[in-house]
Amino acid sequence: MPYMVQKTNRKEFKMKKFKGFIKKEFYHIFRDKRSLFILFGMPIAQILLFGYAVTNEINNVNIAIFDKANDAQSEKIIQNISASNYFNIEQIIYNEADIEKSFKKGKVKAVLVFEPKLAKKLTKDNKANIQVITDATEPNTATTIINYVSVILQKIQMNLNKDIKMPYQIKAQTRMLYNPELKSVFMFVPGVMTIILMLVSAMMTSISITREKEIGTMEILLVSPLKPFQVILGKVFPYIFLSIFNALVIVVIGYFVFRMPLEGSYFLLGLESVLFIVSALSLGVLISTISNTQQTAMMISLMGLLLPVILLSGFIFPIESMPRPLQIFSNIIPATWYIIILKGIMLKGVGIAYLWKETLVLIGMTIFFIALSIRNYKIRLE
Amino acid sequence: MSIKTTNISKLFGKTEALKNISFNVKENELFGIIGPDGAGKTTLFRILTTLLFADKGTASVANFDVVKEYIDIRNHVGYMPGKFSLYQDLTIEENLEFFATIFGTTVKENYDLIKDIYVQIEPFKKRRAGALSGGMKQKLALCCALIHKPKVLFLDEPTTGVDAVSRQEFWQMLKKLQKKGITILVSTPYMDEAELCDRIALIDKGEILNIDTPQNIINKFDKQIYNVSAKKTYKLLTDLKDYQHNYSVFPFGEFIHYIDKRKDFNKSDLYNYLEKKGNENIIITKTKASVEDAFMDLMKT
Repeated sequence: MPYMVQKTNRKEFKMKKFKGFIKKEFYHIFRDKRSLFILFGMPIAQILLFGYAVTNEINNVNIAIFDKANDAQSEKIIQNISASNYFNIEQIIYNEADIEKSFKKGKVKAVLVFEPKLAKKLTKDNKANIQVITDATEPNTATTIINYVSVILQKIQMNLNKDIKMPYQIKAQTRMLYNPELKSVFMFVPGVMTIILMLVSAMMTSISITREKEIGTMEILLVSPLKPFQVILGKVFPYIFLSIFNALVIVVIGYFVFRMPLEGSYFLLGLESVLFIVSALSLGVLISTISNTQQTAMMISLMGLLLPVILLSGFIFPIESMPRPLQIFSNIIPATWYIIILKGIMLKGVGIAYLWKETLVLIGMTIFFIALSIRNYKIRLE
Repeated sequence: MSIKTTNISKLFGKTEALKNISFNVKENELFGIIGPDGAGKTTLFRILTTLLFADKGTASVANFDVVKEYIDIRNHVGYMPGKFSLYQDLTIEENLEFFATIFGTTVKENYDLIKDIYVQIEPFKKRRAGALSGGMKQKLALCCALIHKPKVLFLDEPTTGVDAVSRQEFWQMLKKLQKKGITILVSTPYMDEAELCDRIALIDKGEILNIDTPQNIINKFDKQIYNVSAKKTYKLLTDLKDYQHNYSVFPFGEFIHYIDKRKDFNKSDLYNYLEKKGNENIIITKTKASVEDAFMDLMKT
């Protein structure tokens, strides 16, 4: 009798069952093009997308010049601006009406208007005006353009004033720590890593568990000697590996392609990532206990997990500038804490001594989710 | 007793899916639950396989209580749900191996039990389950349910959606399995399959109408049935239903089964009536009752 054998060799059989289950899971994953894409295509696509396309920096922005002065001074300023990498002079405008036209065509993001007799006014009145008109349909880009132009103009002004001694002068000496060039990639790499781990761990597991419910195999698994926790563990285990692999890929791309620094301990980074993965997996299991179809599982994962991670975790919008209720809400998102930890380790190079609080919160959340999903897991169909 | 149920009732909201179901299945018996769709067959199976709780009543399978000793039951029964529930993206071989592993056994160990069935699908063992025909899927599902040599086998509508030849083969396999000492509880909406069971329970709207051997059920049916056919079957059916002396009329294969109310029924009366109504090629012959006739009669009362 098979069950007699099972009693004598219990441990060995348990291991075999577990291995058999995991083997089956890997078949599912590697035979489904959709999950393969989410697992391996998505991380790379996202990180490259965020790294290259979605960025707050400006580079070679097309602008137009309307030079009513046409003198030595205006020429000098235009030269300075076109010499910088930030702007590319796309168009020269000769009358007022063309300003609006070129904006409407969408060719340029900004127009610089030099007032007539600029050089003369500067020497006579010690004052001259340059108007900066920007296309504010993209507010972030518009503000950044204004800032960049102001900096260039300030430099020119300082050059003009270098022989004159100002009576009083207060200068702000700024220094940007940890990300001196204000590279947005440094924000996006931890963010994308968090999103991908959440997506792979929570969404993929919740979908793969509900798929068994949908096709009816869960019924058979329930009427088998497998205990519920063995089923769950078997379903979750492959995704731990895949998630770790994904985290590795993102860190490597971040490091080599975007020169993302990695100041802190690799070991701590790994441990914290595993902790976050486990918390996301337990969320995935929790979602699968409350949904009966793959579609619901996916919707809950996307709306309930992914959206808050993107919008409220501080990944894109700073938590400090959110309304108070959302600030409080952001505290219950595990991703918020993981992003703090990631930035701490990668950019500041701090150790557990500075991150123990965030780590504890994450551990607490993980335990809570695991307990809740065990409690919610049904050993029957109702 | 292999399966014992006493006064099982189950409510889904306000609808009574099962009402006071009581029956026993003996050791090594091939027992059929016969009834139309929605009769409560699947619910009954799910209660017996520990997947659902009954609201009232008790049940035991292989002498284990379905509520308290559900883990023991899950170790000792084979279950084939109504819907094909194997992994479509795994091959025949991989499916079988997977189920052998989770039941703590190997395909080799119990190969003799599934051999007769497995050899029929073995040529396709590298094919994914999703690409199999209905008959092959069903054979694979049976192999997977048998691989751990269960004491009791639950088959919920195993032949639904399977062609006639495969259905016949399937029942031959069940008979063979029975000889190997396995108790089988099978449900089906097909009345012709009922006659292949040792005993059957006729079930409709959550109630058991009768439990007996198929032969006894047929023997107890004392009304004379006539096979009636004509050129246009649908017209014939409506005309028969309009006939004032009809007791029951229902289509049965290529014929229509007709029972008359009168004791002194004369075939020529009916023939004349049908001819007057404009039916052509009318044939009326006496025929023996089947389980289906008995069932239709039970459902009337």
